Amino acid sequence: MAEIHLKSLAHSYSSDPKNPGDYAIREMNHVWAHGGAYALLGPSGCGKSTMLNIMSGLLSPSEGQVLFDGVEVNNVPPEERNIAQVFQFPVIYDSMTVFDNLAFPLRNMKTPEIQVQSRVQEIAEVLELTSLLKRRASNLTADEKQKVSMGRGLVRSDVSAILFDEPLTVIDPQLKWKLRRKLKEIHQQFNITMVYVTHDQLEASTFAEKIAVMYGGQIVQFGSPRELFERPNHAFVGYFIGSPGMNLIEVQRCEGGVSFGKSVVHLEPPLLSLLDNMTSNNLKVGIRPEFIHVWDEPTDDAYCCDLIGVEDLGTYKILRLKLEGCELKVRIDEDSQVPVGKAYISFPEQWLKLYVDEYLVEAAVESEVLTHE
Amino acid sequence: MNKVPNNKAWFLVLPVFLLVAFSAIIPIMTVVNYSVQDIFDQNTSYFVGAEWYREMLRSPRLLDSLMRQFTYSFSVLVIEVPLGIAVALMMPAKGRMASLCLILVAIPLLIPWNVVGTIWQTFSRADIGLFGWLVNSVGIDYNYASNPGDAWFTVLLMDVWHWTSLIALLCYSGLRAIPEAFYQAARIDRASKWAVFRYIQLPRLKNVLVIGVLLRFMDSFMIYTEPFVLTGGGPGNSTTFLSQALTKMAIGQFDLGPAAAFSLIYYLIVLLVCYLFFTIINQQDNAK
Repeated sequence: MAEIHLKSLAHSYSSDPKNPGDYAIREMNHVWAHGGAYALLGPSGCGKSTMLNIMSGLLSPSEGQVLFDGVEVNNVPPEERNIAQVFQFPVIYDSMTVFDNLAFPLRNMKTPEIQVQSRVQEIAEVLELTSLLKRRASNLTADEKQKVSMGRGLVRSDVSAILFDEPLTVIDPQLKWKLRRKLKEIHQQFNITMVYVTHDQLEASTFAEKIAVMYGGQIVQFGSPRELFERPNHAFVGYFIGSPGMNLIEVQRCEGGVSFGKSVVHLEPPLLSLLDNMTSNNLKVGIRPEFIHVWDEPTDDAYCCDLIGVEDLGTYKILRLKLEGCELKVRIDEDSQVPVGKAYISFPEQWLKLYVDEYLVEAAVESEVLTHE
Repeated sequence: MNKVPNNKAWFLVLPVFLLVAFSAIIPIMTVVNYSVQDIFDQNTSYFVGAEWYREMLRSPRLLDSLMRQFTYSFSVLVIEVPLGIAVALMMPAKGRMASLCLILVAIPLLIPWNVVGTIWQTFSRADIGLFGWLVNSVGIDYNYASNPGDAWFTVLLMDVWHWTSLIALLCYSGLRAIPEAFYQAARIDRASKWAVFRYIQLPRLKNVLVIGVLLRFMDSFMIYTEPFVLTGGGPGNSTTFLSQALTKMAIGQFDLGPAAAFSLIYYLIVLLVCYLFFTIINQQDNAK
């Protein structure tokens, strides 16, 4: 069993961090529950790998605690944690056969050879490596090598969590699918906590039950793929998840809502009163391209904007519109009518999100409020 | 498509042919020419066929120095390769200390051969040399000029001092080329230090070690200057290696015919050993 609890965790590579920019991971609290399949999603350099290395013990955090089932393991080296890690580029022991590669962790633990044999056979079967067992590992293809490095994690019966650090980077697209499906199967079969680092949202959402989106050294949202899509907790999540990402418009306060240029977006009274209690002037409204409504003709609450381009992506179209100097993207069905010259759009209220200082502000009416630790 | 025969194309090959001819073929053929003749003076020489080869292969002088040479090269490799790997493993990976170590390790390689010989000749003298005096002062009777064992020891020690750095530097560069993820994976796989060395570092040093071993074999097999300066081949003939025996024969005694046959045999041995070594290594690579 392994519940991994990161408690007031922060990490800086500099020995004397002064400002927040010195931190690769800013102070955070997070719990990876036992047996979950999680993805850690974020752009390059957001601290994903640092966090993974802290969990596996390759790095010791400069502040805070890492708890495995409530026990602090900050200074426990990786070899004493029940954790395996798969790296971006497959790590295999070239001079050994596939069998010896898989047996390596077991032999290092002085497991009796009979058990080694049966365990390696078992894992090889799961990973479909049986026919390759006698081959030299250096002659394998990239995806086979990556399966071998996963196998070395799975083969240990004491492993309760496997961390994947962008493991499919070097794999061909078609094989990526297969391997990802394999990973899911393994997850169901072995009851192991899996944390999967990636910068690819598709990869994250097909693998994981819950995704943690990291940005600037912090987890800005932890939720199901659907939650991330429908209710991005942070402007970055909106922008990063979705294809294309959320439209974000910088706005000012005004009577009855917020405004940009001459356009006014009206807000509901509960939201307005929330906004009145905040002092920040960093305000944005966000709406997903999928949720913008396009009218055929002018209506009372529709904004009129210029059409500056259409991208046909086969199964859908992206309209690029200009409204008060801001570019907006709208996703419409492949067979929808494309407006000419001008387009009339409106923002359905339920999908219009308000961000203050980049974080979502909403009136507490939603039934499923996320517990964001 | 019809091929148009055009013999002018041969002219394009000519520069390369000339280059190879002057750099390799003509000098070697000159030696081959000498090796089948008995030369008395500039105008008098007789064709003797393979006589000199037969004589040389039976000559105790050649066979003895050949045995010495093999023993020497073998000892050099056995000492320098493991030692060089050990030095490379101990050197720091980065930082100011790394640069300092690199410079220190590289120094012996920058010293001219005959200076190395002179350094050790003085350094090891029992009367005025620091090393020789120290060894004697702790009660060990040591004199490289009179005792063949001591002479061997000194010549080997000198070579180890001079050339271990080469292996160490090659291995150091090989070690730095191993991605960090390999060490991290090994930690997670709970590999012992020995296992890390055996299964990660050593296999990845293989290529540089092949080059290192070849270079050290060829260099040590052809060694001349340092033992010549240090011991002059003595005491007796105990440290007379192949090239020194050859030089004595060719220049000292002006036995050009036998010396030429000797050189060709010498050359073939070096070629053969390198070829065998290389073939075996390559076969191992392709075996599985």
